[in-house]
Amino acid sequence: MDTPPAAEAAAADVQRIEESAEFRGLRSAFRSFAFPVTIGFILWYLLYVLLSSYAPAFMAAKVVGHINTALVLGLLQFASTFAIAAWYARYADRRLDPPAEAIRDSRAAAAVHVPREAAE
Amino acid sequence: MNHLASAASDHRGLTMTLFGLFVVATLGITIWAGRQTKDAADFYAGGRGFTGFQNGLAISGDYMSAASFLGIAGAIALFGYDGFLYSIGFLVAWLVALLLVAEPLRNSGRYTMADVLAFRMRQRPVRTAAGVSTIIVSIFYLLAQMVGAGSLVALLLGVSGDGAKRWTIVAVGALMVIYVAVGGMKGTTWVQIVKAVLLIAGTALMTVLVLAKYHFNLSSLLGAASEASGKGAAFLEPGLKYGITGTTKLDFLSLGLALVLGTAGLPHILVRFYTVPTAKAARKSVLWAIGIIGGFYLMTLALGFGAAALVGPKAIKASNAAGNTAAPLLAEELGGGAGSTGGAILLAVISAVAFATILAVVAGLTLASSASFAHDLWANVIRRGKASEKEEVRSAKLAAVAIGAIAILLSIFADKLNAAALVALAFAVAASANLPTLLYSLFWKRFNTAGAVSSVYAGLITSVTLVVFSPVVSGGKNSLFPHSDFHWFPLENPGLVSIPVGFLAGWIGTLLSKETADPAKYAELEVRSLTGLGAH
Repeated sequence: MDTPPAAEAAAADVQRIEESAEFRGLRSAFRSFAFPVTIGFILWYLLYVLLSSYAPAFMAAKVVGHINTALVLGLLQFASTFAIAAWYARYADRRLDPPAEAIRDSRAAAAVHVPREAAE
Repeated sequence: MNHLASAASDHRGLTMTLFGLFVVATLGITIWAGRQTKDAADFYAGGRGFTGFQNGLAISGDYMSAASFLGIAGAIALFGYDGFLYSIGFLVAWLVALLLVAEPLRNSGRYTMADVLAFRMRQRPVRTAAGVSTIIVSIFYLLAQMVGAGSLVALLLGVSGDGAKRWTIVAVGALMVIYVAVGGMKGTTWVQIVKAVLLIAGTALMTVLVLAKYHFNLSSLLGAASEASGKGAAFLEPGLKYGITGTTKLDFLSLGLALVLGTAGLPHILVRFYTVPTAKAARKSVLWAIGIIGGFYLMTLALGFGAAALVGPKAIKASNAAGNTAAPLLAEELGGGAGSTGGAILLAVISAVAFATILAVVAGLTLASSASFAHDLWANVIRRGKASEKEEVRSAKLAAVAIGAIAILLSIFADKLNAAALVALAFAVAASANLPTLLYSLFWKRFNTAGAVSSVYAGLITSVTLVVFSPVVSGGKNSLFPHSDFHWFPLENPGLVSIPVGFLAGWIGTLLSKETADPAKYAELEVRSLTGLGAH
């Protein structure tokens, strides 16, 4: 199947990595970004959906010319999506990629004999 | 359609030539890719050799379907602002894929979504469930694309008879099966890339032409659209389609939920992440996709409102009641109107692009579902992992033929439905059956086989049952069976009910089962998904 019939040793190895401080740090760096941001943008999106349904007068208010609040809020959803994507890209470059790479390297150094496809 | 159809048929040859060129070019790519496809990793994952940018284009190609291009432009043209909601939901959804799904999936899976779901579970029940739901979601989605193809052809060839529509659907089906069976993932990915470039170029051209007519002033475009719509300012406000009653407001919420949570559970999107070498490349491909798709949806605003202003809802409805032909009609208008050479040329170009779009998307869907059939159901469930790679790939090719045939048959009956609404149903099923299981598998240590299986089936059965008994299938003017009425579920989109059911079922199923999750397997999944250690 998906786990190559490598060795029991590999499983023990993984267990050791999972308990290491480096890995725990990586995991919390990932979760403390991804989880709250996901909840945030979903609430922001639902707010927009609910306003569209239940606050028609507010959404119909003209801002400039024929452009109303609904259109501005809709375009802001686009803007926030682009911004969050860029924010995550930066965050992952700085806070997620270096520790992940360090863990892969230390494992590669510890077990040179384990043949595996380069993860890169 | 009358005057339009006759103008179109005068220049039918041009459309056919352009489309023929696309088919010949992509078949060439397919044959070239087929020669390079040697093992299962080539067939299922394009050898994992694509770059983030290439895959980002291919994801956009897979995602910007006929439903987006034809369906959303049509929905905006007919319902004004309410059509825009589709675009927003379809785009925001990518953040779920970016933050929670793309990288862990790339690291821990191999060829299909089920690889991740079954990673730490008992293989057979989980793969069966995931395989079944993959195929059902893909068939819903296929239906939407083929319906788009049918209405386009009626417009282009100037035939209202069912015969021509059916033959087109058959031809589209046959081509998609060839792309998949011969070219595998490598061929299909290149077809997506070519199509994405054509679609963006075509949409950008039309957007510039529309905006130029209004001196690049968004406000005057909106003003003209609301005036031509006959609905005044209401056309630019939410509510025309979904604000009428309490039920339609709930339907809007349901649709919104399905859109935002569905993307990250769509099998044909998930398998795209396997075509790049690393998780970082998977992240880059989503980032590119967000940029390209976001730009595209902003342009559909101009197309939809442009169609409302320049073509008018009356002419659009006369051509196709669901609005699916608004974009090609707008192209003809922009080129100089019906009967003019410019109009015919632009109509031909945009129609050929739309055809290319449909072809590429259906190929992607067929690939994802046949891969899941072969890799999950056949090789791992029926043959219990004893099938050779060669046999597995051969069964995937046979499955492509079978799924193509089913999709063709079904879509002949579904041609009255709006393509975007049909896609929304596929999203609802994906969000209810696939996403809960995927998130629990990746992030909840206690999650077990019973939880996974109950989550997939409960989400799948609830969403499909609610659709069957909804106004989409019976009891409405635009229903699949308009003359009978057996609907009791009031909403068109089941997401509001079925998504929570999927999440709850996974949670309850896990707690009720005596089986305890294997902590060592979860440790392995976590390490692998976050660091890429041991990734294929």
